[in-house]
Amino acid sequence: MDLKSFIERISNSPGISGCEQEVAGEITMAWEQIADEVRRDNLGNVIALKKGKNSHKPPLMLAAHQDEIGFLVRDIDKDGFISLDPIGGIDPRLLPGQEIKIWGREETLGVVGARPPHLQKPQDREKAIPLEKIFVDCGLKKEELEKKIRIGDAVTFHQKMGWLNENIGYGKALDDRAGVAALHQVLLELKDRTTPLDVAVVATVQEEVGIRGAITSSFALNPDLGLAVDVAFASRPGLEKEMTLNSNGGPGLEIGPHMHPGVLEKLKEVAGEKEIPIQLIGVPHPGGTDTYVMQMNRCGMATGLLSIPLANMHSPVEVIDIRDVRRTGRLMASFCLQADVEFVEGLKCL
Amino acid sequence: MLIKELTEVPGIAGREGQVRELIKEQLKGQDLALSGDAMGNFYARWEGGQTPLLMLASHMDEVGFMVMGYDNSGLIKFAPVGGIDLRVVPGKKVYLGDEKTPGVIGVKPIHMQKKAEQNRPFSRQDLLIDIGASSENEARKKVNIGDQITFSTTTEFISERVMKGKAFDDRAGCAAIIEILKSRPPVKLCGAFTVQEEVGLRGAGVAASNVGPALALVLEGTTASDVPESPPHRYSTTMGEGPALTIMDRSFLANQKLNQRVMELAEREGIKYQLRRTSIGGTDSGPIHLREEGIPTIGLSLPCRYIHSPASLLNMDDLQNMIDLVKTILQDIAEGGFPIGTTY
Repeated sequence: MDLKSFIERISNSPGISGCEQEVAGEITMAWEQIADEVRRDNLGNVIALKKGKNSHKPPLMLAAHQDEIGFLVRDIDKDGFISLDPIGGIDPRLLPGQEIKIWGREETLGVVGARPPHLQKPQDREKAIPLEKIFVDCGLKKEELEKKIRIGDAVTFHQKMGWLNENIGYGKALDDRAGVAALHQVLLELKDRTTPLDVAVVATVQEEVGIRGAITSSFALNPDLGLAVDVAFASRPGLEKEMTLNSNGGPGLEIGPHMHPGVLEKLKEVAGEKEIPIQLIGVPHPGGTDTYVMQMNRCGMATGLLSIPLANMHSPVEVIDIRDVRRTGRLMASFCLQADVEFVEGLKCL
Repeated sequence: MLIKELTEVPGIAGREGQVRELIKEQLKGQDLALSGDAMGNFYARWEGGQTPLLMLASHMDEVGFMVMGYDNSGLIKFAPVGGIDLRVVPGKKVYLGDEKTPGVIGVKPIHMQKKAEQNRPFSRQDLLIDIGASSENEARKKVNIGDQITFSTTTEFISERVMKGKAFDDRAGCAAIIEILKSRPPVKLCGAFTVQEEVGLRGAGVAASNVGPALALVLEGTTASDVPESPPHRYSTTMGEGPALTIMDRSFLANQKLNQRVMELAEREGIKYQLRRTSIGGTDSGPIHLREEGIPTIGLSLPCRYIHSPASLLNMDDLQNMIDLVKTILQDIAEGGFPIGTTY
């Protein structure tokens, strides 16, 4: 499946943290066509293996999380209005007027309502509506609704991925399905190539609620070296320039405690050879991505972090440039083709 | 489906052209005399009986935005046209210009906000539209200053009878008039599709003078407030309870004799209706009833939940009941039962 079709499919698919079954199914189906084997572990991580020359050695691990932010149905009131519990960090100010989908016994569409303006005082408009006062309206009475959904059902934005132009796409869950798409690109690039080491490509679960899926998948694979790909803030007015990346500027290499210096040098070298633009960004505190737990797996591993610029993070209109996704995949694939036993051994600071 | 086509087309105040074309298309070949005026109002005249001339009015325009300028990174600055609570704007998809260039309204990510920022809504300066342009020059090539911007909501059923969409206010009224005209009622009638309602009820008065009717019926969308946080005694209308008859709003006090007959007819025919239980908001009834020497006017409104937002809800039974009630009124006028032409 080509990159654009793949990213559309997985962006449209539901998969809030802990409920990744559906998107995991899409990813598994696509990767079975281009990897040597694909399996799921007990938490739901999708692990695809591409065999290399030295299969007796630990594999290289490439990770991106497949879960997205969203909500759970918290309660259904007597008139059929639904309240929500957030899964992951969501700004409640994005919600009024939003369309959502409840993944219950039946897929149920709803809109996020707001108190009618004529019942508000003018000064109310100066106040943001907190999540406790947000409700969903499915146009159904409680009894009808309860045939379709129940408390605890997953809720996502009702959004179909679209394109602002040939390269720039918007949609929900591109944090971090754009990263999963970059992994897809790696598998496409490596399809008829042989890497020195096995490459294990992992779509992790439950990142948004505390970086959990990467714990068990790293344990299972026990790699000496791993790269994660996540998203970073694309530059926009009002955001601190030093904390953002330019769209269409290529992958960000996140320099900080979770970026092994040897891995950074190699990524820069490979990018130079392949003429892939990169952006360096300083990240003083580790955390917030799969590398956080990968690095501390078992007896420790060398890690590196790449980021895809993304605007409007954690909204239903996250924006990416597909060229950045493709470049990130190409950079990682080229890295895997060069990372041999000697290079990995050399990272051990002996 | 007519209501889907009508609501998905963009048409803010002053840019009703695409809506007008769609209505024209619908009414061609129906033995109607079609015409327009300099302001953009559109008329469809039907000679179906020897009654005084009646007017049905609905407005074609919707609330939306206008392109005001460009940010140097290629993002679009915009301003509302009509009454929109800015709190329903962040994170939505829009179309810009008559060519419907897609855009999204982005916001600062939650990760980069200070806690206190979340207590106040995003201001107009915080909100910019991304059309995928990477520079001001590129943006200028795709979108012009003054271009209209509308939400790009898909109209669809979310349950058996309830539809989600934008611009039900007042394209649902337009759809009702189209249906009624096509039913070839036994009266002399002019359907008036008006402009610029959302920016101050500006087209309807001109329409009333052009038509010069003996009686006007205004078919509108109004807020349904049967939702949490509003106590039942403060509901203005309730979704699913039928069209709402106006007693008063900010612009208009209804004629009690006419309203009395409307209620009698609805009850006789068993058509669900309700009274509009709020006095705020203005409608085309305002300017229409003050034209000429005063035009007797009836205001009927469809309850819409989350009106003026990108995702409002309309119960299709309410629309059908409005159409049935208006047809009943027209039939009654043809039979001479309606107190038309009588004075107070």
